[in-house]
Amino acid sequence: MMSRLGFGLLALAMVVAALFVVKSRNLVRAVLWLAVVLLLTAALYAILGAPFLAGVQVLTYVGGVVTLMILGVMVTGRHQGAVAEVDSADRIRGLLVALGFFALVGGAILRTDFPPTLPPPPPTTAELARSLLTEYLLAFEVASLLLLAAVVGAVVMARRRDPAPTPEGLRP
Amino acid sequence: MRLPDVLLLATLLFSIGLYGVVTRRHAVALLLSIEVMANAANVAFVAFATLRGGPGEAVVLFSLVVIVSEVAVGLALVMLLYRRHGDTVLDLAREAKH
Repeated sequence: MMSRLGFGLLALAMVVAALFVVKSRNLVRAVLWLAVVLLLTAALYAILGAPFLAGVQVLTYVGGVVTLMILGVMVTGRHQGAVAEVDSADRIRGLLVALGFFALVGGAILRTDFPPTLPPPPPTTAELARSLLTEYLLAFEVASLLLLAAVVGAVVMARRRDPAPTPEGLRP
Repeated sequence: MRLPDVLLLATLLFSIGLYGVVTRRHAVALLLSIEVMANAANVAFVAFATLRGGPGEAVVLFSLVVIVSEVAVGLALVMLLYRRHGDTVLDLAREAKH
């Protein structure tokens, strides 16, 4: 009973924070609300019994992604982070799409008869690590390749285009 | 805590992100909405992994890698847009079609 109440409160907080992310007029505030959503998600992982993922969530998401996002807002924020108003036609379109999706998938979830939950085996980080290096080795290597490609691609795209280097070297 | 509850929460978060993707005009705000959606998908994975058993936890790690790459490349594109036009409203990117 207590755990259901706790989950309900957590879910409510997550939904409200997510609404602020998509509605906030100020981009810096939207990023900070995203950090709130991600931290609450880490708490949800911990409640669900995945403490390792909760830690990873805080380290990579809140530590990395949110920092990058704030950097992006600061560097490109010519107008103090304020965002233009959306027109009402767009808002109605967005509501239709979002509500339609929620009705479709939510209905499917409610109609599905999930068999009574098995008691899951206590997941250990050691098992997770072993599965990464045996069962998911290919995906693991592809992920490292993807990260490398993304970093190189981001650097190439965001680099300032300098004039052609002079023949005697790269001196400015 | 039952599995359908968590799945409904994930669906709701995904819908909110979807609303943001449709309505937001600003590139960084669009990336934020995509983050909300990706996070919702991860919640569903973790819910299946911990309440039903299965490989969800490893999948979430790979999903994190993909999301981080997406943010890095997306922000590079935002920088490029800003440098060309001095603003990051997505309508400016229409020129990419021509």
